[in-house]
Amino acid sequence: MGYVAIRGGGTAIKGSLEALEALRAAEADEGTALSLNTIEHQLRLLTSRILSEGGLYHPPLAALAIKQMQGDTLEAAFALRAYRSTKPRLLTTPVQETEGMRVIRRISSAFKDIPGGQMLGPTTDYALRLMRLELADESPEVFRGIAARFLADTPSEALPQTFPKVVEALRRDGLLPASPPGQGEPFDITREPLVFPIPRSAVLASMARAETGSLLALAYSNMRGYGDVHPTIAELRVGYLPVLLPHPVTGEPVEAGEVLMTECEVVAMYESDEAGAVPVFTLGYGACFGHNETKAISMAVLDRALQKGMKDGPSNPSEDPEFVVLHVDGVDSMGFANHYKMPHYVTFQSDMDRLRTTQIKAEQKKSAQKKGQPE
Amino acid sequence: MNPSYELPRDEAGYSFGFLDEYAKREVRRAILKAICIPGYQTPYASREMPMGRGFGTGGLQLTLSLIGRGECLKVIDQGADDSVNAVNLRQFIELTCPGVDTTEHTGEATLIQSRHRIPEQPLNSAQVLVLQVPYPDPLVVVEASEAKRKIMHGEGDYSRLLTKLYEDIVRFAEITISHRYPTRINGHYVLDPSPIPRFDIAKLDHSPALILFGAGREKKIYAVPPHTRAEPLVFDDIPFRAEDFNDAQGQRRACQRCGASDSFLDEFSSANGTATFQCSDSDYCNQRVAAGNGVSCEVTS
Repeated sequence: MGYVAIRGGGTAIKGSLEALEALRAAEADEGTALSLNTIEHQLRLLTSRILSEGGLYHPPLAALAIKQMQGDTLEAAFALRAYRSTKPRLLTTPVQETEGMRVIRRISSAFKDIPGGQMLGPTTDYALRLMRLELADESPEVFRGIAARFLADTPSEALPQTFPKVVEALRRDGLLPASPPGQGEPFDITREPLVFPIPRSAVLASMARAETGSLLALAYSNMRGYGDVHPTIAELRVGYLPVLLPHPVTGEPVEAGEVLMTECEVVAMYESDEAGAVPVFTLGYGACFGHNETKAISMAVLDRALQKGMKDGPSNPSEDPEFVVLHVDGVDSMGFANHYKMPHYVTFQSDMDRLRTTQIKAEQKKSAQKKGQPE
Repeated sequence: MNPSYELPRDEAGYSFGFLDEYAKREVRRAILKAICIPGYQTPYASREMPMGRGFGTGGLQLTLSLIGRGECLKVIDQGADDSVNAVNLRQFIELTCPGVDTTEHTGEATLIQSRHRIPEQPLNSAQVLVLQVPYPDPLVVVEASEAKRKIMHGEGDYSRLLTKLYEDIVRFAEITISHRYPTRINGHYVLDPSPIPRFDIAKLDHSPALILFGAGREKKIYAVPPHTRAEPLVFDDIPFRAEDFNDAQGQRRACQRCGASDSFLDEFSSANGTATFQCSDSDYCNQRVAAGNGVSCEVTS
């Protein structure tokens, strides 16, 4: 008979990892290993998702994580996070202005004509979801042809380097309140614990690396009826944001690199504020690493809902900061769901002890009642 | 990203204890605060570890922050040193902490990380016990909001928890909490002692060893300092009852392997369908067998 838990745990783990590795390489004869470049570029939206959920902008490592975890988004983001735990924080990034983003796409659903113009860019929004069977077999020549055709259509005049922000126009027109003054250093969720109530910057940071599906589900609950944000997208932009860091000697901002980002601002119907004040629209903000529009929109809707909840008290789950922030992290929720697979022999033994004891008590009570009844 | 960038494939391993030094220092500071305020859940910025949340990442961060060369470590899960999760954690610590010794003997260890059990052999003042915690707050069963729970703890307001115990007695004539039994520390804070059985609660009281609790996912550290009162929450007229392992005749069951009748037992179904019992603490059982207490000829290797 086996002795407690699982004997020979070490051997079992080793065998299990070998089986996992064998499945990863199981494509047999003509199988070629995926290159990190291929993953980063051909699965760019998957890579984007891992960058943002992993909370570390490192596309080659994200690609490696996807390969190693065999395409599991939760596990891949998790690996990136764990890698992050080994690195010290060297400095705090100053605030980066997204107006300086080199956009590949920007749209507004609030105005037809926005300063700088709408730019549809790469999107599946209006693509037909029909199976394109010709993709089943593509040669390098096909790839080169696609690139050549795309580049042949390049407009002669260069795009502007930056585009003005739509919300700034709304602010100038008095439709949105002026941007709130910065409340000191933003909260760093990787170095400080969340103790509720938490500042908005902690909420935003938590959502920026939250699991996409979890954010979507909670935001959708608000859109459908458990809440009333009713958002309009003032602006959604995707592009490369230059990251400016202070020069170690002069302190002047210098460009250290760039990150691909998605940013979304939603405008919601105005709130009846304190009497006498001029009514204005309200704003929700979402932003994340990589190209992930579903996540940025969901985050913006939740930011609006949570700001309302923090002001008036939550009347829906999506307006409760504790409910949202503590349940949207993929690493936390996935880990805990999976931990139930571990042995729980001791606690289950305790459960049985309580159940048997209460069963006996219930039996005793029943027979005592029977005896007490008149014949 | 720079197109000429290549992954540093020859990057030499990880630093001692996996976590960066700032993280370890933060954990140690949280430990000091937890010791100073017995039973108080000290928040800390829990780091992601390379194993799943819920698999002991809180305990692991405590262990990695405390461990140094020359330390002797024991890792157990469900009382056993060789269960998969204990093996996995031990291997990870051996990999990232060169110079650390490991042992299966409770008496030899200076640092013990455990899930769901406190060893049967009494601990001494030179030892530290680290327990892995899934739910740090005993009030979570009666109040979902952490902000509200924090106020209740501060005011020592455990009335809703006591009401739950009272309702249990009304409905079942017994308190039905099987494990994670709410325990008051030093007369004020009530803590969740991690999913140890009620059988182990008495070992918290005036323990000579420091007992630390780490909740990685919930990002809390708390402690029962040495020689500190730990009392399970009960009523004056309803005694606290640990698992008794008595059979239908009221006879205390014994381990079928080492014969111990004072240990927490795991229940097995034998081939003929009857229940048999063995020590949950594998080291305790092995030591007893080695000392000649074996009941039968069967000694599993």
